[in-house]
Amino acid sequence: MTPPTEPTPGGTVLSVRGLCVRFEMRDGSYVRAVTDASFDLAAGECLALVGESGCGKSVLASALLGLLPANASVAGSAVLGDAGSGAGGLDLLAADERVLAREVRGRRVGLVPQSPVAHLTPVRTVRSHLDETVRALTGTSGPDGVRAAAGRAAFPEDHLDRHPHQLSGGLAQRAATALALVGDASLLLADEPTTGLDRDLVERTVDELRRHTGDHRALLLITHDLAAAGRIADRVAVMYAGRLVEITDAAAFFGAPGPRHPYARGLLNALPERDFAPVPGLPPELGALPEGCAFAPRCDRASEACATVPELTSGVACHHVAVARA
Amino acid sequence: MLELRDVTAGYDRRAPVVRGVSLTVRVGEAVGLLGPSGCGKSTLARVAALLHRPDAGQVVLDGEPAAGWRHRAPRAQRTSFGVVFQQPRLSADPRLPLARLIAEPLRANGRPVDAVPELAETVGLTADLLGRRPHEVSDGQLQRACLARALALRPRWLVCDEMTAMLDASTTAALVGVVEAYRRESGAGLLAVGHDRVLLERWCDRTVGWAELTSA
Repeated sequence: MTPPTEPTPGGTVLSVRGLCVRFEMRDGSYVRAVTDASFDLAAGECLALVGESGCGKSVLASALLGLLPANASVAGSAVLGDAGSGAGGLDLLAADERVLAREVRGRRVGLVPQSPVAHLTPVRTVRSHLDETVRALTGTSGPDGVRAAAGRAAFPEDHLDRHPHQLSGGLAQRAATALALVGDASLLLADEPTTGLDRDLVERTVDELRRHTGDHRALLLITHDLAAAGRIADRVAVMYAGRLVEITDAAAFFGAPGPRHPYARGLLNALPERDFAPVPGLPPELGALPEGCAFAPRCDRASEACATVPELTSGVACHHVAVARA
Repeated sequence: MLELRDVTAGYDRRAPVVRGVSLTVRVGEAVGLLGPSGCGKSTLARVAALLHRPDAGQVVLDGEPAAGWRHRAPRAQRTSFGVVFQQPRLSADPRLPLARLIAEPLRANGRPVDAVPELAETVGLTADLLGRRPHEVSDGQLQRACLARALALRPRWLVCDEMTAMLDASTTAALVGVVEAYRRESGAGLLAVGHDRVLLERWCDRTVGWAELTSA
């Protein structure tokens, strides 16, 4: 077992190349949930993965943790740790269950789950959750470790003996975050951590995630909440029908010059503080994707060029943006 | 006009979650009710839609006091509300294909179900989705079906309780667009409950904060 190396600020924590996930259905057809996703994540960086529900965002997170169901097949690579130095580089997609269970989940990749109340065991107190996690991941036990773990996520000590149903949404979120931080993982994966929370709580939750990222961790924030993404992300990746259609600097995306891909522009303009106008139509079925650019049927700029799938070049996958640039 | 007069409601008479609240939705008006989670705004919305019997106070529909709650409400009063809840998965029967789901209020009232395709089109559901069951569609698609169901009986008031809290920006804008198109054409009133100030202020004619409602 190679000891995980402490990533240096700016060093690569995760490098994903050509990640594809498809599910084989009972009738022999395939659902292509993620197609050819490539991105890097550096220490100290927050990448927000945004897109409509059902676009494949959460499947990507499950693939990184080896939590896909049995009918899924995965291609590509997702190297955790600094592959350049040769130390600690581990391809998550090639790793077997034993490695994932003993070295990766909780230790090198921490998961902040969607709906924390459902993630916690209902019949056990927060203290009991933390105690077990601290014991399993650090080998120490006793009240000090639990108190320190709770403190890191600002979980109040006088609530440690409560059961999940006795916690408010915000405190349940902090309990789940505390569990994700125990192993001191270099990569934090937050899958829709703010669904169903009110605005103040959304802001507090993402601010805390940002704080935990610090200089030495990387945060992959998967969300459909653009306002939350805009608040803390350094870079934004937009997913549509299983493909990354734009990866760009968050300041440029939310500010000027704005998104370049027509779908990304439409999504951002749908916000009530902007045009409040929906992207017309519905997203395509991942089991029956159109030929060529999957967004073409909803795009006002669609032309013959859209019959082929556009490459992701200089951060955007759209024929028209590429044409405009040439 | 929909009036809530001095309503006290909750789940334990000794500790009501709503105390002495009054709120009026005028004809054709869209009122946003803004408050943090757990404040009691959903309980008030359920009282307004005749789904929860208040401990005290009155709900008055166009001058006529509500005569009952839930299934005891007279049909004419009960069916003058369309309600959309936050979580479509919890408010849709998992056994029913979307077409049946949308048709439920029509069937329950002995009306012809041939309005279903048109309702589906209004909310942007394509024909191939209508034969699917809830687990075969996304949250956004299911919420579209729940909105179509709420519009099926052409209600005079719509109550939307966090209708878009689970949805992405584009689906949110689309569903709000559907509600507003229906209101323009029918003159229906709206009570939209939520915690997103930006959304409610953009959507509604008037937004009331929970704090001002309970202190007044």
